[in-house]
Amino acid sequence: MPETIDITLSVNGLAHELAVQANVTIADLLRLELGLTGAKISCDMQVCGACTVLVDGLAVSGCTYLAVDADGREVATVEGLATDGVLNPLQQAFIDHAAFQCGYCTPGMLMSATALLAENPRPSRAEVIAGIDGNICRCTGYLPIIDAVLQAAEAGAQR
Amino acid sequence: MTRVEPWRVTTRPTPPSPIGESVPRRDGVAKVTGAARYATDMAVPGMAWAKVLRSPYPHARIRSIDTSAAKALPGVIAVVTAEDLKARGDINLYYGHALTDHPILADGVVRYSGEAVAGVVAEDELTAYEAAQAILVDYEPLTVVVDVEGALGSGAPVIHEKEAKQGFHRGFDEDIQRDHPNVCSTAVQKFGDIDAAFAGAHLVLEGEYRYPNSYAYAMEPYNSMAEWRHGGLTVWTSCQHPFMVRDDVSHVFNLALANMRVIAPYVGGGYGSKSYTKIEPLTAALALVAGRPVKLVLSIDESILTTRGDGARVRIKTAFEADGRIRGRQAEILLNTGAYAENSPLVARKSANRISGPYRIPALDITCRAIYTNTAPASSFRGFGAPQGVLPGESQIDEAAERLGIDPIEIRRRNVVAPGEAPWPKVRGLDADLQADLSLVAEALDWASTPQPSHARGIAISASDAGSEPVSTALIRIHVDGSATATIGTSEIGQGSATVMAQIVAAELGIPLENVSLLQSDTAAVAYDRSTGASRSTTIVGLALQDAARDARAQLREWAGEVWSAESIEEARGGLVVGGVHRGWGEIVGAYFAGDFGEVVGRGRVRKVGATKQMPPFWEVGCVGVEVHVDEETGQIRVDKLVTVGDVGCAINPQLVESQDLGAAIMGFGMALTEELIYTDEGTLLNGNIVEYRVPRASDMPEYIGIIAERGDGVGIYGAKGGGEGSLNPVAAAIANAVRRAAGIRLREAPFTPERVWLAIRERDAAK
Ligand code: FES
Ligand code: FES
Repeated sequence: MPETIDITLSVNGLAHELAVQANVTIADLLRLELGLTGAKISCDMQVCGACTVLVDGLAVSGCTYLAVDADGREVATVEGLATDGVLNPLQQAFIDHAAFQCGYCTPGMLMSATALLAENPRPSRAEVIAGIDGNICRCTGYLPIIDAVLQAAEAGAQR
Repeated sequence: MTRVEPWRVTTRPTPPSPIGESVPRRDGVAKVTGAARYATDMAVPGMAWAKVLRSPYPHARIRSIDTSAAKALPGVIAVVTAEDLKARGDINLYYGHALTDHPILADGVVRYSGEAVAGVVAEDELTAYEAAQAILVDYEPLTVVVDVEGALGSGAPVIHEKEAKQGFHRGFDEDIQRDHPNVCSTAVQKFGDIDAAFAGAHLVLEGEYRYPNSYAYAMEPYNSMAEWRHGGLTVWTSCQHPFMVRDDVSHVFNLALANMRVIAPYVGGGYGSKSYTKIEPLTAALALVAGRPVKLVLSIDESILTTRGDGARVRIKTAFEADGRIRGRQAEILLNTGAYAENSPLVARKSANRISGPYRIPALDITCRAIYTNTAPASSFRGFGAPQGVLPGESQIDEAAERLGIDPIEIRRRNVVAPGEAPWPKVRGLDADLQADLSLVAEALDWASTPQPSHARGIAISASDAGSEPVSTALIRIHVDGSATATIGTSEIGQGSATVMAQIVAAELGIPLENVSLLQSDTAAVAYDRSTGASRSTTIVGLALQDAARDARAQLREWAGEVWSAESIEEARGGLVVGGVHRGWGEIVGAYFAGDFGEVVGRGRVRKVGATKQMPPFWEVGCVGVEVHVDEETGQIRVDKLVTVGDVGCAINPQLVESQDLGAAIMGFGMALTEELIYTDEGTLLNGNIVEYRVPRASDMPEYIGIIAERGDGVGIYGAKGGGEGSLNPVAAAIANAVRRAAGIRLREAPFTPERVWLAIRERDAAK
């Protein structure tokens, strides 16, 4: 058996104690071990953003971020955005604007936008574009996504 | 980068609710919560993982393959080569719906760099990968040819020495003819007296254009999972046409269609690149050999090596009258089809059909040949042969306008076919109003005003014979509580079929949308559909659903007559008025079966008769305008404004139509400006990854005006017709035309990279 390293991490608020191989990425850990298939693998080389998850609030590429590096940290994925089945304003805004088609980029796009809004709750249009520029969407032509993030920012500001 | 509210121009009658309403996507919650399952997310108990060894040589004979080291690795279940598959006797090594020229694994020769040579099944993916690297292959390199000119040259290596059998899918018969061993197919489109057209012309324009080898980049890579049970095969796969894949794979394994099940869950992007069969035969063969369910997930880099879009070299000649009317057009299109035919014979056919545009042309002489080269195989890609021809065709229309002193919009007005007029003999008349669409684009672009310095506007239009074969079926089951389940074979590839089809069922049965559910794309469970492509689903499957609803209602009418022996039965929303009393559909079902059980099954079908007899089922037109800025120092083109018209007859869900149009246009934008797979002469792909193959990003987006024109002129329900490709096809041409007006250069090779633009500017200055 290959050697493993013991880690503890929380995923969407739930604590896990795991033995992982050093070469396992956080995306594989989530998808294959924890059954959280929301984060998607596409380019597998840190350029498309489909695998984006948050580690201690920071958006990272799950396809290259090693699971062992998440030891002691908090991981957030798309599965954790809704509370008790109620969509958060960003998710709702994505639906309102049809900010996806195939939806394959959506989990990553939502997590990048989540990180952006946490850091900058009232971004300008240009700031939204900069915030999601590391996420490719091949379907939509981005404009509905940009609008959705702006709407979510607006909704957040009104709360 | 501001956003303008969509314009809607509606002259059709008002359809019943919820048709025409932008109801939220029905896959929305699943897709924003991570709950949506794609093939790549699927797993079954006992599943093993596969990886593929690929050829580093673009053309070589395989002398020998030594798999012993790979087999000896712990965790390896099976290592499989073509010889192993042939030795079994129960697998047909070659597949292909058009031409059966494609071996599941390389059969003694590799024809492109990246071709699958061996497959490994192991307990986990990493072990499978490591075992694949441990396979030793002895190659004898052969001469390589990567471009169409080379492939047709004397002394070119012959890429397929044996002529392949035609595939099970007919319709290419007349095109499968070759005047050279590297010609895969030839499509001809010819009518009128072409010599006379050119002889009497006031102006003849000639040019050579190039369109790049491209990659659709569906973000979900090709992947499938196969499981053999009780002599039958189930394949979960990321595909657009589950029934076509079923048919193809059944031929590989000599299976009855009934024993073959293909399930396509949510598909992470298709754009044509997931039409027809890809890695399903290999996955199923590996599962058969391994005796285990097998999952094979390609990387994106491997997906690029699996299917790409056809590049083209186009020589084109158009003859004009002094007043700008087209007299005739002649073109030779050579498609770089790569190592295997895939669907390129059909791409070639469509390219030949689409290069003439939506124009009244008295004489046409078009030949399009799909050419084998030692590059990754090309196949369907959104637009389907159209953009390759629209760039040259529409560039020449603008060139003529300039030479003859006619406004670019005006010259198109003088040539476009009128609604109902057929652009060529024996086809459906145009079911669109391009004169009106041109006016809309002119207005949105503010065409008459003078743009700022170094800015200019350009337009281009196109027409595609769309809809594919009008062959679909659908079932609607109305349950005893009045809710309904519809089954259709169309996949949800992002286009919104799950939403639009539910809207259609709700409208046709007069029941709330919440009470409609859909089952899609499981060949063992849903009604047959030919394919999810050519913008056909809303139109063709929509008609099948309408027919199924009609059938269900007719049965219920009969049942109501029997149950209540009523004199008068009238149709009403959500049910029937029987002898003056409104009876809901569920109530009739229950009364008929004398209890709170039972259901009615409505059967719908569409085939080549009646309204869908004349081909094509509908035309998909494109009408695109842009405003660009050219930076003369860097050669950078910036598209400031983009206008598209979604001429869709009736927008069942306008938000989804707009979304399709924008997405299509931006894909065209990428193809026009940055996207190109670059091969060296030695056959190495230089940029086979998403870093170096650059697709558009959020910061590239122009200002956008999406216009939706609904004139009720389509063959589909409430006058609907397909959309989703039309706004891609003219984009490169519109940009080239705008750049000509901005900088005085004529770009004939896409993508229009800064380097190409810069060189053209220098050439312009040198010529002064
Ligand atoms: S899959 Fe990780 S960035 Fe693309
Ligand atoms: S919705 Fe398909 S890639 Fe973004």
